[in-house]
Amino acid sequence: MERATERLLPIFVTLVCLTLIVPIAIVIVLAFSGQGFLKFPPDSLSLRWFATFFGDARWQASLRSSVIIAAIACAIATCLGFFAAYAFVRRDFRGKRFVLSLMLLPIIVPTVITAIAMYFLSARLGLVGNMLWIGCCHAALALPVVLLILLSTLQGVDVNMERAALSLGSSWSRMMWRVVVPMAAPGIISSALFAFLASFDELIVSLFLTNAATQTLPVRIWNSLHLEIEPTIAAVSAFLIGVTAVILLLDSVLRGRRRPARA
Amino acid sequence: MTRIDRQATFLMLPSYVMLAVTFIVPLMWFFVRVLLIDASPAALPDTILSVATSRPMLIATVATIWISLLVTGITLLLGYPLAYYLANRGGPRFTLVIFCVIVPYFTSVIVRTYSWMVLLGRNGIVNQALAHLGVIDEPLPLLYNKFAIVVGMAYVLLPYMVLTLYAAMRAIDPMLLRAARALGAGGAYVFRRVYLPLSLHGVISGALIVFILSIGFFITPSLMGGPSDVMVAMLIERSVEITLDWQTATVMSLFLLAVTLLLYAVYYRVTDIRRLVGG
Repeated sequence: MERATERLLPIFVTLVCLTLIVPIAIVIVLAFSGQGFLKFPPDSLSLRWFATFFGDARWQASLRSSVIIAAIACAIATCLGFFAAYAFVRRDFRGKRFVLSLMLLPIIVPTVITAIAMYFLSARLGLVGNMLWIGCCHAALALPVVLLILLSTLQGVDVNMERAALSLGSSWSRMMWRVVVPMAAPGIISSALFAFLASFDELIVSLFLTNAATQTLPVRIWNSLHLEIEPTIAAVSAFLIGVTAVILLLDSVLRGRRRPARA
Repeated sequence: MTRIDRQATFLMLPSYVMLAVTFIVPLMWFFVRVLLIDASPAALPDTILSVATSRPMLIATVATIWISLLVTGITLLLGYPLAYYLANRGGPRFTLVIFCVIVPYFTSVIVRTYSWMVLLGRNGIVNQALAHLGVIDEPLPLLYNKFAIVVGMAYVLLPYMVLTLYAAMRAIDPMLLRAARALGAGGAYVFRRVYLPLSLHGVISGALIVFILSIGFFITPSLMGGPSDVMVAMLIERSVEITLDWQTATVMSLFLLAVTLLLYAVYYRVTDIRRLVGG
């Protein structure tokens, strides 16, 4: 019995891992297909769908919106999240765990409800399609990600370094800027990368808050999937997977530089 | 309030303001405006009752609960052995398995859904392969039904289950297992009486988080389901986009939100909240 389990477990794990990774691999292969329909494996390879993606003005406009909105969301979520995470790690206050659970709500509350509520208010204030505002809304969804990464990063920063700086006459803000930020830098950059990704890949809020001029890439994919499955979508999807891959790669490099004290 | 508390509040203030402006206020305003200002508050009980007993809502609720339970069960069955493997192996095998979990986890939901549409479509890769092997003559109807919804959602949510279970299993002290073995217990017995109970809170956390995310799921079921496979989140979106019935949308949102928050409260009690996102 025990032997059988020992032998079956690796087989089972291999099968599940293949199920997890093969769909993504297939999308990448199809993006390089030379055909106009989705045949696997493709008979010929080409870059024509990437050429369509990068050559089309509307796809490029979507890419630009996605990048601008994600950059805004990333900047806001990372800055605010840094101070909040610092308060969680270094300060004592009542109901800490409860406050944290409230700040994580944006990823728990069904995004459809959040998005409709945001739309309801934005429409009245004339903010639909405003990229700065959409970035702020995405920042609310990205904040939990930033918090969770920075909590473990800041726990790894030696509090004695901060005390030393303060006792040697540094002001609090100078200590933060010259001691805490440099020591937590790998974690801060990681959290910024994942905040960017969270916004870059977000669909539902964008679906309600963007207009024709500010449509993001996921919204364009969504609209195309409702009409027809054109192969350009495979190329755009492969592009999004590529962005994820780059961010995961950068994170793994940064992880090596982070303090080992991860929760 | 102590000085230290004030400093904490000061540090948290920007985050509070941002969340209030973009998240809390819109939600409150949405419910208050639609249910109490645009309509007379006296009519509220009737509205709630009529939405709660309406046929589409009942069908969507049953479908949502059923699909979410299936997805939770499937991710648990697939995720438990995977997490066990991760918790007990090191080196390149660990890296390979965690890679297969992390890459989908951080890939856009719309891309992951699209990948399964490509696989399951009428002329999709699964049907192409089966026809090529001579197993089928006619393409199987794999997409645009409940089966597709369950497959797609299980795929999207499996990483959450694996990472939650893995975090719980990594905390299990291997000495306890060794002690049980030293006292003469067999492998199956050790698993059933020691390992399983010790990993049980991970199972509960994982099942809760997957179920919570399932009942609010929107992207995958709307793209992979058939015309009659409607989940609650889709019904809410349709009320707003198609029938422009804000009253109904708000009441349904209220139900969904209440159930979600209730389950999150349970989750909060059983889980170290910091494990929420694998990180």
